[in-house]
Amino acid sequence: MEIFKIVAAGILSTILILVIRQEKPELAILLSLTAGLIVFGYILLQIVDVFRLLQRMAAQAQVNLIYVDTIIKVVAIAYIGEFGAQICRDAGEGVMAKKIELGAKVIILLTAIPIFLAIMEALLGLLPQ
Amino acid sequence: MDIDLIFKIAGLGIVISIINMVLKQANREEQAQMLTLVGVIIVLMVVIQLINDLFSSVKMIFGF
Repeated sequence: MEIFKIVAAGILSTILILVIRQEKPELAILLSLTAGLIVFGYILLQIVDVFRLLQRMAAQAQVNLIYVDTIIKVVAIAYIGEFGAQICRDAGEGVMAKKIELGAKVIILLTAIPIFLAIMEALLGLLPQ
Repeated sequence: MDIDLIFKIAGLGIVISIINMVLKQANREEQAQMLTLVGVIIVLMVVIQLINDLFSSVKMIFGF
């Protein structure tokens, strides 16, 4: 089972981080970053199938594939931004974490612009001339 | 999922902190500082490689 591997890796790295944080906080941050990256990389392999399923369902429902791709990109940006922000907050740099979150929000907005435009056009089409 | 990397970094951290304690006892503060710096840089090299791998696989999977 995949979940046991993830939980075991998480608990193991937490204990090691607690041991190291006493002496070397900067190495503890790097260790937690590594553990996070390893677990994230492992999740990524599983999430591929979910997104493939989503794309197939969208193709069957004849939804424009651009919208589905945009949603998947937004999910990726949100997840990576959150990951970076949590690492920064863990190291005590709340300001940097906020900056990363702001960046992620702006880039999500930028990615979602085609969908906004499509909604606006649909609404304008509904309005009586 | 390569757990080995976590063990490697944790082992490095523990060894460095022990050597650091010894150096501090021997009144070699500067060398202890240097040792800390070198340890952080070595681990950073590994972590940067890992981040690069992750980002390239994210790019491939999410189709950026």
